[in-house]
This record gives sequence, structure tokens and C-alpha cells, in this order.
Amino acid sequence: MAGDLDRDALTGKPTTGHEWDGIRELNNPLPKWWLYVLYATILWAAVYVVLFPAIPWFSGHSRGVLGWSMRGEFAERWAEGRAKQSEFQARIVAASIEEIRADPRLLNYALAGGRAAFADNCAPCHAPGGAGRKGGFPVLADDDWLWGGTLEAIEQTIRHGVRGSGAESRQSVMPAFGADGTLTEAQIADVAAHVLTLSGGAADDSANRGKAIFAEQCTACHGADGKGVAELGGPNLADRIWLYGGAKHEIAAQIAKPRIGVMPAWQGRLDPAAIKMLAVYVHALGGGK
Amino acid sequence: MDAVEIDDARSVKVQRDDGPMYASRVRVYPKAVSGQFRRLKWAALIVLLSVYYVLPWLRWDRGPDAPDQAVLADMVHGRFYFFWIEIWPQQVYYLTGLLLLATLGVFLASSIAGRAWCGYACPQTVWTDLFLWVERQIEGDRGARIRRDKAPYRPGNLVRKFAKHAAWLVVAAVTGGVWIAYFVDARVAVPAIVEGRASTTVYFFFALFTATTYLLAGWAREQVCTYMCPWPRFQSAMLDEDSFVVTYKAWRGEPRGRHVKDASWEGRGDCIACNQCVAVCPTGIDIRDGLQLQCIGCGLCVDACNAVMAKIGRPPELIGYATERNAQASRAAGGAAPARTRLFRPRTVLYVMLMVAIGGAMLWSLAFRAALDINVLHERNPLFVALSDGSVRNGYTVKILNMTHDRRVYTLAVRSPAGAEIRVVGHEGAEGRSAVLAAEPDSVATFRVYLTLPRAALTGESLPAIFALTDGARGETALRQTVFRGPAK
Repeated sequence: MAGDLDRDALTGKPTTGHEWDGIRELNNPLPKWWLYVLYATILWAAVYVVLFPAIPWFSGHSRGVLGWSMRGEFAERWAEGRAKQSEFQARIVAASIEEIRADPRLLNYALAGGRAAFADNCAPCHAPGGAGRKGGFPVLADDDWLWGGTLEAIEQTIRHGVRGSGAESRQSVMPAFGADGTLTEAQIADVAAHVLTLSGGAADDSANRGKAIFAEQCTACHGADGKGVAELGGPNLADRIWLYGGAKHEIAAQIAKPRIGVMPAWQGRLDPAAIKMLAVYVHALGGGK
Repeated sequence: MDAVEIDDARSVKVQRDDGPMYASRVRVYPKAVSGQFRRLKWAALIVLLSVYYVLPWLRWDRGPDAPDQAVLADMVHGRFYFFWIEIWPQQVYYLTGLLLLATLGVFLASSIAGRAWCGYACPQTVWTDLFLWVERQIEGDRGARIRRDKAPYRPGNLVRKFAKHAAWLVVAAVTGGVWIAYFVDARVAVPAIVEGRASTTVYFFFALFTATTYLLAGWAREQVCTYMCPWPRFQSAMLDEDSFVVTYKAWRGEPRGRHVKDASWEGRGDCIACNQCVAVCPTGIDIRDGLQLQCIGCGLCVDACNAVMAKIGRPPELIGYATERNAQASRAAGGAAPARTRLFRPRTVLYVMLMVAIGGAMLWSLAFRAALDINVLHERNPLFVALSDGSVRNGYTVKILNMTHDRRVYTLAVRSPAGAEIRVVGHEGAEGRSAVLAAEPDSVATFRVYLTLPRAALTGESLPAIFALTDGARGETALRQTVFRGPAK
């Protein structure tokens, strides 16, 4: 076979016979074992195709004689993780919220579980991390609570919801002072001016006129000093946090025809452990009392 | 004058049929040789293999919370220990530095002495040398091995072959086992492997390194250097006319030919065509063809030739380490020209300077590196929280990296923004400009930290937030800058 190959005139080495623009490629033969390694990898691929899922069909794919699948392995790992969780899950159900907070490992588990449950169920309205959303979805990370910021109060709110049909649901309704004709537009403007003074705004004549109306109409729910009554769901008007905006016209609009939010009751939709973990998580977002 | 053995050794190049696209392997039977370079190679082999096999057994006391193996890459806990040095995963740049030093070191060695690394220190060379030695003890030297391999089947030969492979496998298994001991404590790993108690992962790597040692040093040998290693491909770029490479001094040796005792040396070269240089070559080349890709620069042909020259009463160094410049001068002079050695050349000086710079930087950073670091992650959900009194709060996750082997107490202070109060969750007493926190030995402690800034002090939408962590006992401080966000005005 050597005789079939041309030899390069200069070096005397055989060439492959391939020629491009007058340049001929010298033959530097590859060792045979290298070729055999290539064959071995082909053989390996053939064995692999038989043993493992490899060939796609129009629907599905070949299964491989070992029966292994990535999904199957994932399911196994998932089940292993679930089994490890079940011990904690049982302890969370049995423990009181205070006991959970006292045990660092349980607390850690509850915070992680609460974070996951929050992302799945609560974040659509309250935003990730409890950052809240404009238009009446309260921030859960601040120090202002409509229905109380203790662990018990938070758990109660999650369990029974706000303004739902359940017997224990949080209930509060603010009258539409403008829409039902209780107050005139001018009176509403005066009340709004007064409300702004509660959180440090300067008082003017309008605000002074509004003060009397406030004392008459609003103090039952918002308190004499406007600091709110959490048991009744009367929001604190003397702080710098506004659910529907803190500009005067926004406050006036809320007095005239209030927007009122609702929150579903999660008891029955989430298991008891998840509700406890959520309460612990929300409490730890930064504003828990 | 002693009789010189004439070998009919031919180089792989000559024996190989260069015709087909795929070449059959030509078996190389390197002959035993003695001489100064062989002694140097034995010395290198003994030192390097001793370091490899013994190092994992050395101990270094680091206290009760850390392993006491002097050199250990603890993959499970993410620590690398080297005597008094401990490296955390984020300091893996030291490994980068070592690799740079190694690369430059090989560049430097190459520019001075050709492929000295390949010939003396490369693991492939060292273990192949060891395996060749084992082979010689069992199957005999070159001549005996060639005869046996050519001879028809005989049970005695089979027993020898079997014994050789068994011995190779033992050496390979020890090599593979010791490799594991660099990653798992030797006093735990080695007994576990021997007694069958080790994990599947350990056995997998043990088997992998045993198999690669056995295959590469026993079977592949020079094939690794010739076909698999990239180094020969760019050796031309690493060598210059002042590098010492193994050189056959053709102007002295040619015309070569068999020499009859007491015949005149007039009109002929010193090479008596005894082919000893080919017979001893571990890569199966004929150095008389000149510098070539396969030459690993081990100098065994120098030893072989010098022994022959001594026997026939001619001066040594017909084959020897020589530079291209000296070789050309001698060729032009038609005999030995005065040799010139130029160790200081721009490239060698540059390599040394780079090595000193990199090595110095590494040593400097090792000597002065902090045993303390702090990482701060600014909370993004929510970016900030407006509080009922109008102040703004930002959340941070603070990680304290305590790289010492004692429990340490630190002061975490906020240096910016001015007026910000710090609160650490779980350390409710600590409010103000700083908080006292503790971290367990050799670990990362994580804290949730809030900064609260009065609305009046919030001068922009984004302010720099600077945390300072001070180790009171050592007076060491680590700083970390991040941001404090507030609402748009």
C-alpha cells in the first residue's frame, strides 16, 4: 500500500494524495490504538442506547432496558426530601407558635416553609417579601398593622381572612360618607385636611373645621387621636403609612367612597402546618410585634 | 579496550510503515543504562515518588476542630490545608497562582535545558521509569524481553508476564490509594479501602486512578508523550538557539561506521554505529536524526554513548546537551568550538521576573491576608420599607467569615449613611450604631440586619451603606460597601 502513495520530493515522506492549490498534505499516520479508542466510544454509545432512554419517537421515547429515567430519579429524590420533611412537619403541627419560635431548628424550617408558602399563595397580592402593592395591598414588612402584628393576630388573619363570609373573619366596614350623603364635599375636604394634621401636617381653618366633624363621625373606629383601633380594623391615621395614598385628594376620595380590600380565609385551603409557618414568616418580615 | 556491544536497534520512525493512514504500534524495548543522567533520573524519581507517597501521612496540629493532616484537600468541608496554610473556596485564586508559577517554571526550564521537565519530572516519565524498572526485574533487559516476545508460547514466559502485570497493578493500586489520601484523611481512607469499608465514590476514584496509572505507565508509555501530550507540539516555540538540548554532534561523529579494534580513526567519525543510543531511548528514536518531537530530553542516550566512547578510547560527549548556537559554531569550525553559555536572555529574565512577581504577590497576600471577611447582601424584596414614623428601613443579610480556629466576638458597626440605626434580628438588645456578634470557629455566621434611617437624613434615592466588622481581640477590621435605598422624592 505504501507504493500507492506519492512521496513528497523535499522530505521523502509519503503524502495522503490530497492536494489544495499545489500543496499536498503529508501523511502522519494516526496510531491504530487511537482509532480503536474511537471504535470503543462507538461501542459505548451503542450499549448506552440499549441501556438508557435514548431514541425519540413521535410520542415519547425509548425507555432503555435499565428502566432509568431522569424524572424517576427526581421523583426518588423528591420522595427522600419529603420523608425528611415529614418529621419537621409533624413537629410544626404539634408545637405552638411560641414553641416554634423558641427552637432554632424548627424556626429555621418554619421560615423556609413559610417563604415557600408565601411565594405560592400570598405574593400575588402582598408581593415577594411582603413589599405590598399599590391600590390597597398592605405592606407586611413595615411596623403598621391593620389587624394587629402579634403572632396570634397574624395567624388569626391568615386563618380566617378579612371581610369574608366566615364567622371568625375580620370584619370592618367604612361608611361612604360622600356617596350616601352624610357629608358634603366641602365637609369631606375639611376632614381630609384634619387627617393630614394627625401625622404632622400644619393645621389651617379647613382642618380646624374638619376636627369637629372627625370627632363626631370618625373616632368610633379610628380612635380619638386617630391612632386606629386594631380590634375593629380601624386603621391608624396618625402615621406616615397610607394604604390608598396620603395626598389630600386621595384621603378625601377614601372618605367619600372608600375602597375596601378583602383577603381570603386560608383555613381549609392550606394545611395547619403551612398556616403556622406563614405566620412565623410574616412576623419575621421585619414588622412583627 | 573493552568490546562494544553492537545492537541492531532501529528507531520507531524507521521501523514504522508510514504507508497506511493508521500506523501499527512499534514496541519499544528500552535497554538499561548507567551514567550520570541515569543517576540524576533515579534521584529525581526517588525524591518525587517519596513526596507523593509520604506526604499524606505527615501530620500538622491545627487544634481540635480541624483535620491534622499536613496536606489535605477537604472537598466535603471546602477547605484546602497545606501545613500552616488554610485556603477557603473563595481563595481558589492561590491555585491559579500556583498553576501560573508551574507554567512559567516549565517555560523557564525549557528555554534553559530543553524538555528537562519531560525527561526528569513529568509524572508520566517518573511512573513509566518505575514500571520499566519493575519490568526489568521480572522479564529481564531489552535483549531477553525481545527474545521472549518473539519466542513461541512457553508457560514460563506466561508466568513472567503474569507476575509483571500483577506487580504493576500493585504499584498502580498503591498510587491510586494514595491519591485518595490527598482528599480524605489518609489514616481513615487507606484502611477503609483495604478493609472494604470505603464508599462507592472512593472506590470509583481509587479504581480510576489505579487503572490510569496501570494503563498509562504500563501500556501507553511513550505513546502518551508522542501522541497525547500537547507539549511536544509547541516545543519549537519554547526552545531557542541558546537552549541546551540533547544533540548528536554530527560534525564529530560522521561518517559513521563499524570500527575494527586498533584501526586508524583517520578520515572517519567517532560514531561506530553501535546503536546503543537507539537501544536505550525510552521513546524509540534515533537522536542522530537530530532534534525531534518525540525526544523527551532525558539524556539516557548521552550516558549510553559516553560509555561506548570510553571503551573505544575516544573523547566523551559525542552525544550531549548542547545549544544550537554552539553546535553551529562547531559545525562551521569543523570541530569543537569554544562553548558559550547564555543563561541570561530576555526570555529567561522575563520568566524569572514574572515568577518572582507572581510568587511574591502570593506570599505577600498569604502573609497579610485577613482571618476575617464580611459579605453583605442587600435585601431586594422589598428594596426598602417605609415605617409609620416616616423613617426608611433596609434589610441586609450579613455573613461573617471566621477563618480562625477560635470562637470570635465581633463588633458590627455602620459607618454610612450617617444617622442610620442598626438592628440585628435575634440580638434585639443591640440597637444603635453598632452590634456585638459572635461567630463559631472556622465557619460562616449569618445574620439578618436592619438599618433604619430617619426620613430627614435620607438625602437621595440611593446612599452608600458601609458596614465595618471589627475583631476586638485582634484589632482586625473588614469593610464592606453596599447601598441604602429609599423612595424617589
